[in-house]
Amino acid sequence: MLELNNIYKTFNPGTVNEKRALNGISLKLNEGDFVTVIGSNGAGKSTVLNAIAGVWPVDSGSIIIDGQDVTGLPEYKRAKFLGRVFQDPMTGTAATMEIQENLALAKRRGARRTLRVGITKKEQEEYREQLRTLDLGLEDRMTAKVGLLSGGQRQALTLLMATLQKPKLLLLDEHTAALDPKTAEKVLKTTDAIIRENHLTAFMVTHNMKDAIAHGNRLIMMNEGKIIFDVAGEEKKKLTMKDLLDKFAELSGSSIQSDKALLA
Amino acid sequence: MNIQSLLNALPGACAQGLIWGIMAIGVYITYKILDMADLSVDGTMATGGAVCVIMMTHGYSVWVALLCAVLAGILAGLVTGVFHTLMGIPVILAGILTQLGLYSINLRILGIGTSAGTASNLTISVDRYNLLMSLRHVREIALNNPIAVGVIFVAALIGVMYWFFGTELGCSLRATGANQNMSRAQGINTSLNKVLGLMISNGIVALSSALLCQYQGFADVNMGRGAIVIGLAAVIIGDVIFGKLFTNFALKLLAVAFGAIIYYLVIQVVLWLGLNSSDLKLLSALIVAVFLAAPYWKERYLSRTKKEAKADA
Repeated sequence: MLELNNIYKTFNPGTVNEKRALNGISLKLNEGDFVTVIGSNGAGKSTVLNAIAGVWPVDSGSIIIDGQDVTGLPEYKRAKFLGRVFQDPMTGTAATMEIQENLALAKRRGARRTLRVGITKKEQEEYREQLRTLDLGLEDRMTAKVGLLSGGQRQALTLLMATLQKPKLLLLDEHTAALDPKTAEKVLKTTDAIIRENHLTAFMVTHNMKDAIAHGNRLIMMNEGKIIFDVAGEEKKKLTMKDLLDKFAELSGSSIQSDKALLA
Repeated sequence: MNIQSLLNALPGACAQGLIWGIMAIGVYITYKILDMADLSVDGTMATGGAVCVIMMTHGYSVWVALLCAVLAGILAGLVTGVFHTLMGIPVILAGILTQLGLYSINLRILGIGTSAGTASNLTISVDRYNLLMSLRHVREIALNNPIAVGVIFVAALIGVMYWFFGTELGCSLRATGANQNMSRAQGINTSLNKVLGLMISNGIVALSSALLCQYQGFADVNMGRGAIVIGLAAVIIGDVIFGKLFTNFALKLLAVAFGAIIYYLVIQVVLWLGLNSSDLKLLSALIVAVFLAAPYWKERYLSRTKKEAKADA
């Protein structure tokens, strides 16, 4: 479903701020894979995700989604393959537009925007049904501006928007990091349900080791722009926090205890 | 100060306000919907009139002239859009470049057919040409009263805009202005949309310009100077006075048109009070500066909850 071949990316090349963010990343995701990605700050987790989404072009390497080489495609053209949820709840939705308008925009991802009416009556019913599944009462507030919603509600809405048009790959960029623990758990539960029901292939970056272990069928650990550990299936199911901490110390040559973020 | 002279001036202020209301709706599209300050309108506000007058004096009908004026405005918007998106120039600077370039172009347009090849103004008399509106009829009760014509144009424009911004494409334009990251993630070509928005906006401004030159009976290369400020003033006045009341999109556009009318009524009163007309631009600039500062001040100095939160921390 997704293939990354030897991806390199350096930010601010030739300056004092030069940073090699991706250092020869190769990765293959199969259809239906739900991968969780962990690593310390600056390991390149979100950078991989942005490389896939096409936020900027990579320096070298190729990105293939569902058999199609998208390396040269701009962000908005890759969008038809991708569903995305961002870390900042403000990023994924248009605050000044209505809930139903946001959904209608997402429904047309990958389609030409024509002069037909932006949201039909039939669609509205469909959205009402789908909002009901989120169990947040949003189905009764369809014409409310998204700016009035809480962070958790916005993330849940973004999640629905990302999957309204079934994506080849769902990209989750620490999408619960900005939420309080209780809301984060609820959004994660919704995430699991949506991925399961739609049989999605997903790529979830997280700061939280427990979440990384508890969710998905595969786990990747990154360090300094490289994948240092990749585990799937039964082996992943048996993984414990201690295993991961030991693994990190062994593979990165430094102790994970020094990185508070990863223990969060 | 005689009240009669003020009353006599009010119909003219209304008509001018309506015409500038059309212009302000154009500004609304870039400034409010797309969140960009487009300064090319200062040039377009003269280009539309120049094209309209030169076409009519060369024998074309008023409708053809109007259409060409709008197309000229759309082209100007395209240039600003290309400067901004393809050449990476900040939008304010891109608009200033277009505006400056248009000054020369406007002189050339007005000079078509003259021996010098450039002219700074051109008159068009309502006696000789079949104009849509003229200030001569502003106090007549008739269909060719510029206020009536202005109302028809404003209503039609609001109708078209209401329809357009409800379409898939129109919604994607609104999304582009609201959140570019989200828009791109939903497959919207934000660069293209910005160019499109600039084209629509400048087309509308050129329409307003074409009507204004008919109303006043001449086109002048300087008629657009400071147009952006008048447009912003109308948008802000409309928002301040009607913002709470008018939440529907069509009504918001109507508020902009009302804002322009109020602006011209106020100007008329200020003139009547004895202000020199050459000081008007200073006054406009100050008024707009204060209104633009208002939301910032409100946030900074009046937000009690914020201060209390800080005290608690």
